Amino acid sequence: MNQKPTKNYQSTSRQNWLLAGAVIVLAAFPLVFVRGEYGGSDDQAKKTITEIKPGYKPWFNHLFEPASGEISSLLFASQAAMGAGVVGYVIGLYKGRSQSRQQSDNKSSE
Amino acid sequence: MAGLSGYIVLGSATPAAAMHISEGFLPVQWAAFWWMVALPFFAVGLRSITRITKEHPELKLLLALAGAFTFVLSALKIPSVTGSCSHPTGTGLGAILFGPSVMAVLGALVLLFQTLLLAHGGLTTLGANMFSMAIVGPFAAYFIYQLLLRTGSQRAAIFCAAALADLLTYVTTSIQLALAFPAASGGFMASFLKFAGIFAITQVPLAISEGLLTLLVWNWLHSYGKPELETLKLLRQES
Repeated sequence: MNQKPTKNYQSTSRQNWLLAGAVIVLAAFPLVFVRGEYGGSDDQAKKTITEIKPGYKPWFNHLFEPASGEISSLLFASQAAMGAGVVGYVIGLYKGRSQSRQQSDNKSSE
Repeated sequence: MAGLSGYIVLGSATPAAAMHISEGFLPVQWAAFWWMVALPFFAVGLRSITRITKEHPELKLLLALAGAFTFVLSALKIPSVTGSCSHPTGTGLGAILFGPSVMAVLGALVLLFQTLLLAHGGLTTLGANMFSMAIVGPFAAYFIYQLLLRTGSQRAAIFCAAALADLLTYVTTSIQLALAFPAASGGFMASFLKFAGIFAITQVPLAISEGLLTLLVWNWLHSYGKPELETLKLLRQES
């Protein structure tokens, strides 16, 4: 009875590595094979808007803008770090909980 | 001359921004229209979140995870085959777990953060961006998931739901821009094809990435978060 869950865990953990690897490959592929500026697709959209409607001017401006590219990358990194922290915390908590439950199950069955 | 000054204003005002519709780039009436469309969904989402947290306080952590997943994914600007960058949305996971209206709120919070602190997106265009990322995406994910669940494996359903939700978010953005800026010749369709060429095509590989990452988190939840997933199945039967 104990064997089956372990096998399942192994196959999902292999699948997880494959999933993470595939994401990295997908992100790296364009960098290696496609020559581009790698600006934001948003800026391209802005350019297209001014092509379609040459006189258009944005009628409202940001209340706050990051002082420089460095600051903006800091804020972006913080956003990712906070999010990843919460995801890691919850998954870690769940993992610990299910492991301690398994241990107590094993003890009671012994 | 006007074009040049316009270019200078545009070029200097905004550092490379890679998300949705930028501040001030929707005419007033369209900005107001999308705000009015988005707000009811936000209200329903708020009610549904209070109901979930009241009935099942133990699900708060999972709710935080769903929000945090969107938070991470929308911070990742990933290069794409078109030679520009865009980011995934991460709204599929929460929509599958909690139903789509919850993501209207969580997605809106992420968009608000990016608008206020990162100058990405905008307050005037928040309604439109909420509609594409926090409403169309999650609802698409939810229905695609329900549809595919009947025909095949749950994992395949989750992957497709998350990937298509991501893609449809950007298709929606293209439609919104094309409605507001129809081309002088060719009208809506010509504009739509232009914007879709920018957003939707860039998004194809990112949508696949999002599907894979959603599956990764789902695998973790499936291994360690069984009790919560069981509770949520009950929730789904109730509603």
